[in-house]
Amino acid sequence: MKNKIAKIVTTLAVVIGVGFSGLGTVEAGEDNYTYTYDFWGDVQESPDCYSVAKVFTYKDLGLTSNIKNAESLYVYGDKVYLCDTGNNRIVVLQRTGTDDLSVVQEIKEIKGSDINALSAPADIAITEDGDMFIADRGNSRIVRVDKDLNYKMQFDKPNDLALGADLVFNPDKLVVDTAGRVYCSAAGINKGLLKYEADGTFSGFIGAPKVPYDFTDYIWKKFASQEQRAKMASFVPIEYDNVYMDYEGFIYAVSGGMEEEDLRGGTVDAVRKLNMLGNDILVRNGAYYDGDFPVYGDLYWGGSGGVTGPSYFKDVTVLDNDIYVCLDQNRGRLFGYDDQGRMVFAFGGNGNMEGYFRKPVSIEHMDRDLLVLDQLDCSLTMFIPTEYGSLIYRAMDQFDVGEYDAAQASWEQVKALNGNYALAYIGIGRSLLRKGEYKESMPYFESKYDDENYSRAFQQYRKQWIREHIITIVVIVLALFLVPMAISRVYQVKEEIDNADIFKLRR
Amino acid sequence: MGKARAYQKEESKEVIKERNAQNRARYVKSLKYGFYCMTHPIDGFWKLTHEKKGTIGAATTILIITILVRILKLRYTSFLFLAVYWEDINVFLYIASILFPLALWVVGNWALTTLFDGKGRLGDVYMATCYGMLPYPVIQFPLMVVSNFVTIEEGQFYTVLSVISLIFCLLLIVNGLAQIHAFSPGKNLLFTVASLFAMLVMVFILMIFFSMISQGVAYFISIGRELMFRI
Repeated sequence: MKNKIAKIVTTLAVVIGVGFSGLGTVEAGEDNYTYTYDFWGDVQESPDCYSVAKVFTYKDLGLTSNIKNAESLYVYGDKVYLCDTGNNRIVVLQRTGTDDLSVVQEIKEIKGSDINALSAPADIAITEDGDMFIADRGNSRIVRVDKDLNYKMQFDKPNDLALGADLVFNPDKLVVDTAGRVYCSAAGINKGLLKYEADGTFSGFIGAPKVPYDFTDYIWKKFASQEQRAKMASFVPIEYDNVYMDYEGFIYAVSGGMEEEDLRGGTVDAVRKLNMLGNDILVRNGAYYDGDFPVYGDLYWGGSGGVTGPSYFKDVTVLDNDIYVCLDQNRGRLFGYDDQGRMVFAFGGNGNMEGYFRKPVSIEHMDRDLLVLDQLDCSLTMFIPTEYGSLIYRAMDQFDVGEYDAAQASWEQVKALNGNYALAYIGIGRSLLRKGEYKESMPYFESKYDDENYSRAFQQYRKQWIREHIITIVVIVLALFLVPMAISRVYQVKEEIDNADIFKLRR
Repeated sequence: MGKARAYQKEESKEVIKERNAQNRARYVKSLKYGFYCMTHPIDGFWKLTHEKKGTIGAATTILIITILVRILKLRYTSFLFLAVYWEDINVFLYIASILFPLALWVVGNWALTTLFDGKGRLGDVYMATCYGMLPYPVIQFPLMVVSNFVTIEEGQFYTVLSVISLIFCLLLIVNGLAQIHAFSPGKNLLFTVASLFAMLVMVFILMIFFSMISQGVAYFISIGRELMFRI
């Protein structure tokens, strides 16, 4: 009896053990760290593009007190400026090695102003000559100082009728162009980015976000009374969460917290690329079964892990190869897109492990390495490209400088590492297309449903084909015309002979 | 006697042969008549049943060709115009997605019109509907071939022609039913809409029917299972 029970127990244990281990592997398969979406929006697992070099806490950085409510990062050369908003300071870190960051300076106050102590600095931007623009939020100003922190000028709340008198000016995120003009987002202002000229005058709002617009609500409003209308949600644009100026001077602006149906319907954008006029010029060209590939992070917003809703883009950074990486605060993920709006990678997650985040707020890049600031974890994560990631970047670089043979070879290597990667196929195809091997490039585009490149290749191939076969075509066309004509002529002659009078007479 | 029977048999063989030839000729003629219906919808559909120009065989042929073209389209249309998610394609479901609504439509239309002076019988409704489908293969098949020789910029005509083929079919079917039932246009429109409602009602009844059946079956299965556990 005892023996029997023992047997049953061991069997059960084995069964449960096998069951759990089975579950474990399935989960690992489904929750891959790095992935991309294919043409059909299916998740395709991918090798990791980035790996964590190091996660820095305040001790690793060499600070004496913990970071508190830090909001922003800024990279300038080999220096990282960390806006430690809660401690009213900006920490300057210097990178000395791959995984080595150490404090070189702590900016707590400036010199020569009425108010010298910084209060809740939210963001910083630095021009080429070393002048720093600090969004000094607690003091309701943007202050410009030189590299020795001597006060130069400041930008105050604009004297604009559109802004109420009781609105407290809270500059949030800012960028500065080469001419010293400041573009800034501020809490409670949803008309776009505030634009200041270099001399400090306010010159208006640019790049107002699209207003989500619900047709049924619009109809209802037509019939509603004044009071009812006041209680209804009004159509207001959503403020930008963050801005980034790329090396060409275009402003990338991201915003999160939009309604799901607005995002799906394309009435609002999670990422915009603004030109000098404030128009959105972001290219959305990725192949997708339903129009263009959506640039708003995750396509599926189910409630796994207690997280629901679309990705919340909190920050964006643009690499020098035009790849922009968006930081999703909702699921703690990083989404990389190329200049055509195709997804390059997506990775990350919520959690306490290396490479996972609790509340990421800011992303920056140093060359091709990525830095992510986690507000809740009070840590700075340094990502460096893996072999696979650098291979992708190398292929893109080689293509950009016109080394199509090398680019093709690199993309072939990428494809060997990840056969589900659409960009590898399209990359090979584009290299072949540039080399004039049109027919060879077509299957690559076709397999990944890239209709524009396919059309381009096909048009050239068709031209080539017609040029080569022009004689055959002419002969066939002539034959098609001449043969029936000749036949009908023969019949006509025959009929004429049959009906000729001389033959009739003989009969 | 035996001889006479043999003679009769021989004769009947010949008769059958002749009849077969006649039938074949009639079938081919009625198939060709489909094109006349396409280009002369009012006259064509009137003669289709009232002068017995159409045959069920030809109608079924048109239906099969239509289904065939629809399936071929999946594979042979250029991906520029039709990208297919093969994982989700079930050919039998795909065929059923044409046949099932067609059956509902034919039965629904016949059941209604037969109560309101409609001249068409069940076979006539089926015939007219199938003959009305002819523009689909006639336009879509060449379109499918041509789609492989154009670029996306040149492909605007694809969508236009595709839509035209569907509208053409729709108009032919609606008009065809007016002719075979000898209905006025207004009355016909009314019955077209009513037939659509009849289809909905049938779908509803079928759903109830199947869910009842499945519950009934589940009941007996559970009884059987219970018995197996006990004994």
